[in-house]
Amino acid sequence: MRRVAVIGVGYTKIGEHWDKSLRELFAEAALKALDDANVDKVEALYVGNMMSGYLQEQEHLGSLLATYIGMPGIAACKIEAACASGGAALHQAFLAVASGYYDIVLVGGVEKMTDKLTPDVTLALAMAEDREYVVYVGASFIGLNALVYRLYMRKFNVKQEDIAKFPVIEHENAINTPYAQFRYKITLDDVLKSPLVADPIHLLECAPLSDGAAAIILAPLEYALKHYDTVIEISASALATDILSVHERPDMLTMMATVRAAEKAYKMAKMEPKDIDLVEVHDAFSILAPIALEDLGFAKKGEGWRLIAEEEVRKDGKLPVNTMGGLKARGHPIGATGIYQAVDAILQLRQEAGVNQVTNAETALIHSMGGVGGTVAVHILRRVK
Amino acid sequence: MRAINSVGVIGYGVYIPMYRIKTIEIAKMWSNVGKLPIEEKSVIGLDEDSATMSVEAALNALARAGIRADEIGAIRIGTESKVYAVKPTATIVAEALGITPKTLACDMEFACKAGTEALEDCIALVASKMVKYALAIGVDAAQGRPRDALEYTAGCGAAAYIIGLKGKEAIAYFEGSASYVTDTPDFWRRECEKYPQHTARFTGEPAYFKHIVNAVKLLMEELGLKPSDFKYAVFHQPNIKFPLKVAKMLGFRKEQVLPGLLTGVIGNTYAAASLIGLAAILDVAKPGDRILLASFGSGAGSDAFSIVVQDAIEEKRGRAPLVKDYVERKIYLNYAQYAYHRGKIIL
Repeated sequence: MRRVAVIGVGYTKIGEHWDKSLRELFAEAALKALDDANVDKVEALYVGNMMSGYLQEQEHLGSLLATYIGMPGIAACKIEAACASGGAALHQAFLAVASGYYDIVLVGGVEKMTDKLTPDVTLALAMAEDREYVVYVGASFIGLNALVYRLYMRKFNVKQEDIAKFPVIEHENAINTPYAQFRYKITLDDVLKSPLVADPIHLLECAPLSDGAAAIILAPLEYALKHYDTVIEISASALATDILSVHERPDMLTMMATVRAAEKAYKMAKMEPKDIDLVEVHDAFSILAPIALEDLGFAKKGEGWRLIAEEEVRKDGKLPVNTMGGLKARGHPIGATGIYQAVDAILQLRQEAGVNQVTNAETALIHSMGGVGGTVAVHILRRVK
Repeated sequence: MRAINSVGVIGYGVYIPMYRIKTIEIAKMWSNVGKLPIEEKSVIGLDEDSATMSVEAALNALARAGIRADEIGAIRIGTESKVYAVKPTATIVAEALGITPKTLACDMEFACKAGTEALEDCIALVASKMVKYALAIGVDAAQGRPRDALEYTAGCGAAAYIIGLKGKEAIAYFEGSASYVTDTPDFWRRECEKYPQHTARFTGEPAYFKHIVNAVKLLMEELGLKPSDFKYAVFHQPNIKFPLKVAKMLGFRKEQVLPGLLTGVIGNTYAAASLIGLAAILDVAKPGDRILLASFGSGAGSDAFSIVVQDAIEEKRGRAPLVKDYVERKIYLNYAQYAYHRGKIIL
């Protein structure tokens, strides 16, 4: 297998893009990535997206977007894995180049969640769950996460403040992220006083509905080293699933998909948790952050919350997490999020993170999750040059 | 836009029904624990509708104008709660007031800016000297969809303005106006539907804010004015947040806006809203004060006016009840009574 590098990134601001369509957002990100990489054409296109069928009544995104960016004819298709669509697409793109079959590949994620009203978006998001056995009995996505949250606090005797602190830190980070959706401070009090959406989850513990698109261009490492001054390698790319529904798992508080993907990734990169300089976790709801940190090996089961409570997750802490704002503050355009996480990490490794810069950042791990841990993609990135 | 002859307001009046329902009552009905946008809203009585409210407001305007009803040559009623889908509310009101038969009459629709469209039309009819006096009314008995966010704010009220040439009898005159209109579907009601539909957050930035900001900028550009040239600013007021935010965006101070912001205590009176706000300002303004009026109608558009108060206001103001007299006159209803008053109970 060849080694793979990132040669360009492009992304739109995340927010409510009332006047931009799905294809326009994607094209903006893709064309910026092509500019950044200084290439005109790619051989294959992978598009991460979850809900275009329901929200835009549009499928067949591979062909549509390849055409729209001016490259009809290339290999292209949409990759869907619920909220891990971006991470899963990145994995496919990685395999495409690592296998030697394609050289220059563009992988992008795009989601437009503001075309329909919130109840419709909630319905679309619920498609990440088992329709017949879970959705039909009335469990919503946030409801399931609420159950996990409550069980975690009870089992490990954790106070909600120690988990709800995470969005506060993320918002502070996002103030210095130009493309973030929310760039203002919130306090722990704001979070805990915000309306309860599904007890115990408060509104400010939930990632927002967002529009956005991000794209990366991959190439063989050898090629990248020859043509670019700064080279970021994707040292590991792993994809794993778990029993889809949380209630059928032996342990509701361990996301086995994260554990499996992380194991594969560390092995592939020949690294351990201690070798990682910064992490991007998929915090669709605040509770998922401590659980992810545990399942990724950065804390013992039931102790992930300490990294947050003790603020080790700050950019100058022991383990910087979601330094550009994470899903909560940077934004969460579902299918694009996995790619935005890669962008956040790449900017750090390129030393282009501005005020958020983690000093001497050389390695990063990104964790993209679909459903309540049904699918997880873990990638490790490393600055080579 | 400047009329070929200077035109002013000869008389003005409002009507707000006396019933109120507190928003906490509505919240309790739907087990809603969220933050409430306003305190309470006005509700029509069992025998009230857009026609009756228009008549009351117009009678107040006539009292202030001191003219005979049959001197009015045109009546335009802006509303989205017409009494009939086909048959003008304007003829019912005109006949009740004694304006008919030698008159123009019609109802106009542009959601919450129908009242200011009526105003523009009357300005044009008077400026062109086609009629001596014209009556513009903005009125609504807005229907709130049960359990929807807008149920908390959909209120009832009317405002009437008698327009004539600028002269000593005018309590204020129009310096100019500007409009900004696009095809933006933020809120609508199809023909056979009882309640309108709206697009939640899309009604904000691309609708309310975009159109008001552009209309006001066009107005200030054309007239060479800036926010500090105005003593007061009245904006369309679907809630408290939006008008205060748009004021800040345009460079107006909170103090300029608050006297004309009534929604907190009477709800959003839709086509009457910005015109009732203007009346509240006229109730306290001094001769020489310049007032900005900027409406917003979904669908979407904004009309912005610059209005300057004249001496006649001091004497004419007291001839009819003030806005605050109607605001302070109230009887509270519970949700069941409110539902009955608004025709939501099948009898």
